[in-house]
Amino acid sequence: MSTEQRILIKGNEAVAFGAVDAGLRCYFGYPITPQNEIPEALSTLLPERGGQFVQAESEVAAVNMLLGAAACGVPSMTSSSGCGLSLMQEGISYMAGSHIPGVLVNMQRGGPGLGDIGPSQGDYFQAVKGGGHGDHRNLVLAPATAQECYDCMFRALALAFKYANPVLVLGDAIVGQIKEPVRRVPPADAVSEKTLAALAAPWRMEGYGKRGPDAQPRLLKSVYLAEGALAERNRLLAQKYAAMQAECAWECTDVEDATLVVVAFGSVARIARSTIRRLRAEGVRVGLFRPLTLFPFPAEALLALLPGRRFLVMEQNLGQMVEDVRLALFGQPGVTPATVQWHGIMPGLFVNADDLREPMLQALKEAF
Amino acid sequence: MPTQNLEEQLRPAAGEKLVFDTNPVLSERLTHYCPGCHHGIAHRLVGETLHELGVASRTILVASVGCATFTYDYFSVDGLEAPHGRACAVATGVRRARPEAVVFTYQGDGDMAAIGMAESLHAANRGEKITSIFINNTVYGMTGGQMAPTTLLGQKTTTTRDGRCMEREGGPIHLAEIMAGLDGVAFAARCALDSVQHVREAKKAMRTAFEVQIEGLGYGFLELLSGCPTNWHMDPVAASKRIAEAMIPVFPLGVFKNKRTEQSSQSGKVHHA
Ligand SMILES: Cc1ncc(C[n+]2csc(CCOP(=O)(O)OP(=O)(O)O)c2C)c(N)n1
Ligand code: SF4
Ligand SMILES: [Mg+2]
Repeated sequence: MSTEQRILIKGNEAVAFGAVDAGLRCYFGYPITPQNEIPEALSTLLPERGGQFVQAESEVAAVNMLLGAAACGVPSMTSSSGCGLSLMQEGISYMAGSHIPGVLVNMQRGGPGLGDIGPSQGDYFQAVKGGGHGDHRNLVLAPATAQECYDCMFRALALAFKYANPVLVLGDAIVGQIKEPVRRVPPADAVSEKTLAALAAPWRMEGYGKRGPDAQPRLLKSVYLAEGALAERNRLLAQKYAAMQAECAWECTDVEDATLVVVAFGSVARIARSTIRRLRAEGVRVGLFRPLTLFPFPAEALLALLPGRRFLVMEQNLGQMVEDVRLALFGQPGVTPATVQWHGIMPGLFVNADDLREPMLQALKEAF
Repeated sequence: MPTQNLEEQLRPAAGEKLVFDTNPVLSERLTHYCPGCHHGIAHRLVGETLHELGVASRTILVASVGCATFTYDYFSVDGLEAPHGRACAVATGVRRARPEAVVFTYQGDGDMAAIGMAESLHAANRGEKITSIFINNTVYGMTGGQMAPTTLLGQKTTTTRDGRCMEREGGPIHLAEIMAGLDGVAFAARCALDSVQHVREAKKAMRTAFEVQIEGLGYGFLELLSGCPTNWHMDPVAASKRIAEAMIPVFPLGVFKNKRTEQSSQSGKVHHA
């Protein structure tokens, strides 16, 4: 396909295409709106390529099938939304504890409970603070467009194998459902399936015979009962999470001369960008900082913007990412509570660029 | 007895003849099981079967959570840990990712028939080419003897102090018979580990439970009635007696389904889907 050619697909379908183009071999999932196009597309895409598609009996089963397949060093994923991700947390914690590279997509829907099937960013804490039991972290990527859905599946698989750790792709109902043109071409930094296989070679489950007649059996586990053993394991995990800081990614738009920087991710960032474009046309000096990774959170990049600027966190929840923004900035010289403002959009609402105009103007007034 | 001397101690001295050997699939490591626990016998049967079938080098063990959590320490095969109850789902993922491997789960009755019932039945119903060894000891051994889904009516446990009662807790689950009713199951049997004769029968059934997987016929299931002297508050001899006198009348032994022969033994109830 020529690089000029683009296909009109939903974000969810872009996830599916991106995943198979990045080398996905196994998918396990249980239906839930608003992400059903992902399993629907993969149920034909994967078998065509000799891969495996399994509709699991529950999200609990799906995440554990993922654990098993990923433990074999085979590029594998699941996807879900809201309550489905809650059911997967035990398995995610086990994968983190056992160094297993599962990729999970959460096209967030409104919560808590059954909530609704509209957009929400209410699973931010669950995604970036671990979510399951024990100390664990997931790498979290936040696409905002169908193109980014496609591209970030390459990154998700590469990072999962690089760190042997769960990677979460955190979209929402808008990101998953919006239909837009996508260039189906691997991104420049895409790694080959061979590279993924090489990364898995030292630990994957395969049967010791594959490693030669005298090979030692392998074990992947998270239980460490001997005195000091779990502490050692947790130290190792802490080092891994510290190393992940190198993966921080973000995007700045119109920040150079901005006095107010909006901090937003995913679909809210897209809507905020439209508002900012209009305000710019009126001469208002407002810009956008968009984290592309939510864990690690690009705190240093945000800090670099601090001199002379105030910040407005916009997110579709009751106030979650704002805590990471405050952590990044508070305690710095000249920073007051007014330095970081917050505007929440209630999960369950669909907002447009006009809806975000007043909150931005208000924040400008309050900040200075 | 220090483990490093085990090898030496087990070898025949000059003039002695070797009549019973260690099994190369079982690591020469002391287990953590209580004296008289039947997990050890079950392990031995699995080890012998994998060795005789010549498949250990391509076997992947999916361990469960229970007294057998550390089962991977005793088998010289690639192994991984599954969360409590999820071994059949994990094994599904492993088998789908590695179609050439021999995959088995080793699960207790709480693990497989309570918290993991859904994952177990659905893996079986899909006909996943895996084998599950199900240790029915009528209690939660690891957590200290609470009621299991297989606990007998009237049996006292730490959570059924006056005995399991039908009205309150329901009756013991007959997993082998349930498994036999699922189309994806190629082999389902129940054996016991209380006597030499029963152990021999269990060995035979174990082999078939693995063969149906290797031949691609479907899911292999073997239930083993096993003693837990510690939580039954009995010595090992009394525990074996309890299997014969109290368990077997409730849990009949037999082959409930065998796609290899398409015939079932007379000793058990036969369920056709
Ligand atoms: C999600 C979860 N719930 C509870 C436990 C605690 N737990 C560990 S083992 C076990 C019961 C195991 O009993 P069984 O499967 O019968 O195995 P046995 O010890 O009898 O061999 C329980 C409840 C756990 N580890 N994880
Ligand atoms: S508690 Fe029971 S099942 Fe567990 S090791 Fe001891 S005897 Fe065996
Ligand atoms: Mg038990």
